[in-house]
Amino acid sequence: MLDSVWLFPVIPALSFLVILFFGKKLPFKGAEVGIASVGAMFLLACVVAAQWIDKVENAGHGNEKGLAALGHSVVAAAEGSKGGAEVTPIVHGFTWWQNGAAKFVVGTRVDGLVVMMLIVVTTISLLVHVYSTAYMHNDRRYTYYYAALSLFTASMLLLVVSANLLQLLVGWELVGVCSFMLIGHWWEEKPNSNAALKAFLTTRTGDVGLMIGVIVCFFAANSFDIARINAYALSPRADHGLMLVAAVALMFGIMGKSGQFFLHTWLPDAMAGPTPVSALIHAATMVVAGVYLGARVYPVFFNGFSIGTSTFNMMAIVGAVTILIGAALAFVQQDIKKVLAYSTISQLGYMVMALGVGAWSAALFHLFTHAFFKACLFLGAGSISHSATHHSFDMREMGGLRKKMPITFWTFMIATLALAGIFPFAGFWSKDEILATAGQGRYDVFVVVGLVGAVMTAAYMTRCVYLTFFGKYRGHHHPHESSPAITVPLVILAVLSLLAGLLQAVPFNIKKFETWLEPVGGLPNLVHPTFDYRLATISVALASMAIGAMFFFLFKREESGAFKGLTQRSKVAHAGYAFLDNKYYLDDLYEGVIVAGIKGPIARASYWVNQNVIDGVVNAVGRGTTRVGNFTYGVIDRELVDGAVNDIGRETSAAGGGMSKLQSGRVQRYALILLASVGLIGLAVYLVNVV
Amino acid sequence: MPINYFLVLAAFLFCTGAYGVMARRNAVLVLMSVELMLNAVNLNLVAFSTHLQDVSGQVFALFVITIAAAEVGIGLAIVLLIYRNLRSPDLDQVEQLKG
Repeated sequence: MLDSVWLFPVIPALSFLVILFFGKKLPFKGAEVGIASVGAMFLLACVVAAQWIDKVENAGHGNEKGLAALGHSVVAAAEGSKGGAEVTPIVHGFTWWQNGAAKFVVGTRVDGLVVMMLIVVTTISLLVHVYSTAYMHNDRRYTYYYAALSLFTASMLLLVVSANLLQLLVGWELVGVCSFMLIGHWWEEKPNSNAALKAFLTTRTGDVGLMIGVIVCFFAANSFDIARINAYALSPRADHGLMLVAAVALMFGIMGKSGQFFLHTWLPDAMAGPTPVSALIHAATMVVAGVYLGARVYPVFFNGFSIGTSTFNMMAIVGAVTILIGAALAFVQQDIKKVLAYSTISQLGYMVMALGVGAWSAALFHLFTHAFFKACLFLGAGSISHSATHHSFDMREMGGLRKKMPITFWTFMIATLALAGIFPFAGFWSKDEILATAGQGRYDVFVVVGLVGAVMTAAYMTRCVYLTFFGKYRGHHHPHESSPAITVPLVILAVLSLLAGLLQAVPFNIKKFETWLEPVGGLPNLVHPTFDYRLATISVALASMAIGAMFFFLFKREESGAFKGLTQRSKVAHAGYAFLDNKYYLDDLYEGVIVAGIKGPIARASYWVNQNVIDGVVNAVGRGTTRVGNFTYGVIDRELVDGAVNDIGRETSAAGGGMSKLQSGRVQRYALILLASVGLIGLAVYLVNVV
Repeated sequence: MPINYFLVLAAFLFCTGAYGVMARRNAVLVLMSVELMLNAVNLNLVAFSTHLQDVSGQVFALFVITIAAAEVGIGLAIVLLIYRNLRSPDLDQVEQLKG
């Protein structure tokens, strides 16, 4: 199977054509074709992963192990026996076209990174396909929806298995087109088609940088081939200035696709698409294409940004800024999907920052775990809107759904804890590895940013969960649990969010993920952190405190508002007061005289501290964060970034209007212009040659 | 025979054709003028071919003649359709593609 990964993009592409042309005549309107093809891809991906793992493990153990499992592994193992686990990637290709000495190859590549991405893409895609049968039931363009999902899967897989940057670029753009189609799926409403356009054009802006980067790489390494570009970037003859230009240009592509500051504005708007699409494209697969690109040509960034030898660089800074901005914005959203969208931006920031500080494996590990828990959160939000609020995502219409939708609640909770990085959920392991690597690479500033981000993540997710599942139901419908087509994918994703982290549990000496991922051929020397108990404890403690404080804050707010719940709050105070009182009752028995004097004041003082200082701090922190979030949203996001984008659009349109006057429609005028131009060119050539 | 004679004749023919293409309003006459320009070029090609003792100029001329035939076929078909739609072969009326 390792030699025929070309099947991955081809079969879903065929499924796209079948659904498009015959879908409406099929009994399930094309959904069965999509599910079958993606299901087959999922099984193939499992086979590929199993064979890859087998190859890596055998190579690692040297010659004495059975080598006959695969033809290729014999060679790899023979090489590997000298220098540890050296597994060569499997590359196939044929010449597409040739122009002089430059050859353009179409090919596939299998290595640890590709195998990991294949698993992520096919798993999430399969679950989303199944989920959509219920969620999109009776949709006006059900068949086209499935066709677009198939095309999306095909293009993402094409992007992943590409052996060269030109082919990767094709997949990248196709992914963008599919995203456009799916965000604008309900294009009859103007905001939806606007959101689709915005997503497409914003990512295209970044793509200009990507194209420049690819071209620079081509002229630097004289090839589009990823392996050769990486080898060039790592070799001593590499031109550092050239690599810096390439890295900055490629960085723009990553910023566009992966929603990094300042090209992130499209991602929240992209929530206009159907929720399964948000889960598939805008959380788990498409937006990580940028991170994938960063990991794919990592040596270019490594060389260009001097990762490992400098204390900060553009990649890490962009990631860090994105973490904080995304998390701050998530506080002020009323739309549950927008909270998750900003959370996605913030988490993508983690991945990019991790790449920037040299935590290559950790970044991809976070990509891996994030895909599962973020897909789970999005699908959970979809389940709520489908079954509880009648297609609304406004959290003001939710609340109290904990009892009504137990499966959705529990899966959402697990994914939230994973996102908040609580032990032992998946997010804990990956986030912690990023922080540990950053800490050991002299990137202290970024460790602090990561910790602050973790606190904010925990707090806004608590707010989201509280408003959705706790308190009283504020909507006007009849919430009930969703059907199995929705809950089964949720449960599967929740289990993955719980367990995926254990693939790389460093304190238990499990480093499977790293072992399987890292043989990609041509990587710089990576930092492999030892487990940092201090950092892990701090981050979990901070996150837990943030959850507690936020929960408390919300609880207080709801209680003082129109909702009841006073008894709960005063019961807590009562319990504390009674506890104090009892203790002093014992004391009173022994030292009645002294205690009688201080009992009242101390109790009153601690009550005062409790009411004014602690509550005040909690309230002030909450209010301050909200204000920062509002400022970022209003001024930076809306005015600066959106304003610039709008102005560019207006100018282009005006320029187009001016040019249109040339198009008179009169053939003979065109002939005149043609002849005059030929005359002018002739004159110019004459002057240049003769004078 | 000096090559200049041919070149002057070809230039004269080409200018006549170019004038016709730009100034004439009747589509059929415009097509004929295009034909005139092509033949001026043919004349040049053949003249240089003989002058330089290289046969490829004549081969080019043959190609031009073939393609000119196809061009006239399509051109006349377009003129016919224009006439059917607008009831006139006047090119000034064909400006629907105005931007």
